[in-house]
Amino acid sequence: MAKNVIFIKDLYKHYETAAGPFPVLKQVNLSIDSGDFVAIMGPSGSGKSTFMNILGCLDKPSNGEYTLDGHKVSQLDDAALAKVRNQTIGFVFQGFNLLARSSLLDNVALPLVYAGLDRAERHARAKILLEKVGLGKYLNSRPNQISGGQQQRVAIARALVNQPRLILADEPTGNLDSITSEEIMGLFEELNQDGITIVLVTHEPDIAEHARRQVRFLDGRIVEDSLSQNRKMIEETV
Amino acid sequence: MFTAMLGEAWHAMGANRLRTFLTMLGMVIGVGAVVLMMAVGQGAQYSVSQSINAMGSNLFIVLSGSQTAGGARTGGGNASTLNVKDADAITELDGVKGVAPLTMGNAQIVYGANNWSTSIIGTTPAYLEVRSWNLTDGYAFSDSDIRSATRVALIGKTVIQNIFGDVDPIGKTIRIKQNPFVVMGVLESKGQSLDGRDQDDTIIVPLTTAQRKLFGGQTPGSVRQVIVQADSDKMMPIVEDGLNSLLRQRHNMREGAESDFTVRNLTALANSAAETTRTMSMLLGAIASVSLLVGGIGIMNIMLVSVTERTREIGIRMAIGARERDILLQFLLEAIVISIVGCLIGLFIGVGGAVLVNVLTDAAVVISGQSVVLAFSVAATVGVFFGFYPARKAARLNPIEALRYQ
Repeated sequence: MAKNVIFIKDLYKHYETAAGPFPVLKQVNLSIDSGDFVAIMGPSGSGKSTFMNILGCLDKPSNGEYTLDGHKVSQLDDAALAKVRNQTIGFVFQGFNLLARSSLLDNVALPLVYAGLDRAERHARAKILLEKVGLGKYLNSRPNQISGGQQQRVAIARALVNQPRLILADEPTGNLDSITSEEIMGLFEELNQDGITIVLVTHEPDIAEHARRQVRFLDGRIVEDSLSQNRKMIEETV
Repeated sequence: MFTAMLGEAWHAMGANRLRTFLTMLGMVIGVGAVVLMMAVGQGAQYSVSQSINAMGSNLFIVLSGSQTAGGARTGGGNASTLNVKDADAITELDGVKGVAPLTMGNAQIVYGANNWSTSIIGTTPAYLEVRSWNLTDGYAFSDSDIRSATRVALIGKTVIQNIFGDVDPIGKTIRIKQNPFVVMGVLESKGQSLDGRDQDDTIIVPLTTAQRKLFGGQTPGSVRQVIVQADSDKMMPIVEDGLNSLLRQRHNMREGAESDFTVRNLTALANSAAETTRTMSMLLGAIASVSLLVGGIGIMNIMLVSVTERTREIGIRMAIGARERDILLQFLLEAIVISIVGCLIGLFIGVGGAVLVNVLTDAAVVISGQSVVLAFSVAATVGVFFGFYPARKAARLNPIEALRYQ
């Protein structure tokens, strides 16, 4: 198993606009070890969302090298990228992005449909994960029948259902109150302790403090890469 | 995987029932119309082919010429220009299988207290063969009956109903123009002819008996018509030419003079009737198919709206690992399921409509497996064809933009 889950070297990304190419990411270098917990921070327009899309194989870099779990992403075709998103990465979004018409069980089981599992297996695994995030009683409810915090738990269960090595969370607490946010971050910390690598975008310093490491973007470049305050204290004590 | 997709399609259809129903309606009406129109058209073709089979195959009818009386010309068949000897001569022609001379007229017939006016045909035993007309009971008369002009009769179903009722007619004596005739046989029912006459309202008697006892006063030995059957379809033109030259020669007609007889090709007439109904039923089918096309466009329309509406859902599916072909398959299946369910309902309505037409108007309808298979395959094709473009549009969406879509 590769020590680096993510290895990025000299990554550039620009968008084509009417006025010519517009650079969004400029010479980004980053390596994330297996089992790490990284918060990506930065103001709007700093390029962090584009960076997350590239990490999630939803977007492709204009230049540079991205190695995910030992595979060079630039060499993968669309079907292989879909498989990576299905099996290696779990996504958690700010707006939860659950399917409104489907039950919680079906929502969580959805990635397994694309993994080609049969119905009984899909539901069995989805049920275990919903129980793990404390929603075992609501298997057949619809997303609009539960609270925002619970919806985000469902989304996390969905991200976990295919046992990914990496979870990418894009402002997962952006739509939640502070108490619920703490609960969700507690869940992420538990997952991290189970060995899952977590990369999360946020612009709230409190939330970022839950991570071990903080990476700050500004104008398309990484300007700061340091350990969190409380992690520093913990690691210094140890 | 496939069953999961099918479940998703079913689910999506259930999510907006009214819209799904309206989309299906185009398909329902299209398939219903095609099935109904084809049932009616094929029913008409069936009636015509029944009439043609009843008539006999490869037939000519030779009519005696018109006569001019005091400047007024009567219709063909009234002058006594054809006779039994002409018929005998025709038998010798190449390619002729059977010849039946006929004389006919209407007469009042009486049995006990009942009477009925019907058409009487005087002919030879060959008539039943060329018309491929069988008996359901009793026996046909023979050549010896012709020679001795016996008073025997073969009787049609309509006549039996009107004068015999439930009585068994075989061996009973009926009176035709005061002459007693013994009923020898019962004619098989032939139904309506192509021109709508009841062919069962008839009595057949030996030719000589008819000439001497019933329709006297004509030139002795004269007949009104001669029915000629050719060996095969291929021999028809040869027989037609033979008939014309033989009869002109026998009647001593000069070059260029108008013939005193007419040869009609019955089979050609029947074939043109069959051709007409075939064209008509194809036309009906074509018109109905247009509504299928419109139904298909309706499906495409709704699928395009559905893709736009569910852009975000498509983005989510792509983010968690759906490939392009998974999205394509999902939307294609949805279109196909709508088409096929619509087709089933349409089939049901079309068959129901055809049965209703049959009950209300008594017109023949034929629901063939062929038309059902056709409607089904067209529906599936329409589903794939009109579902493909929206499905491809969904599959080609950029996942990032789709996820951002509000």
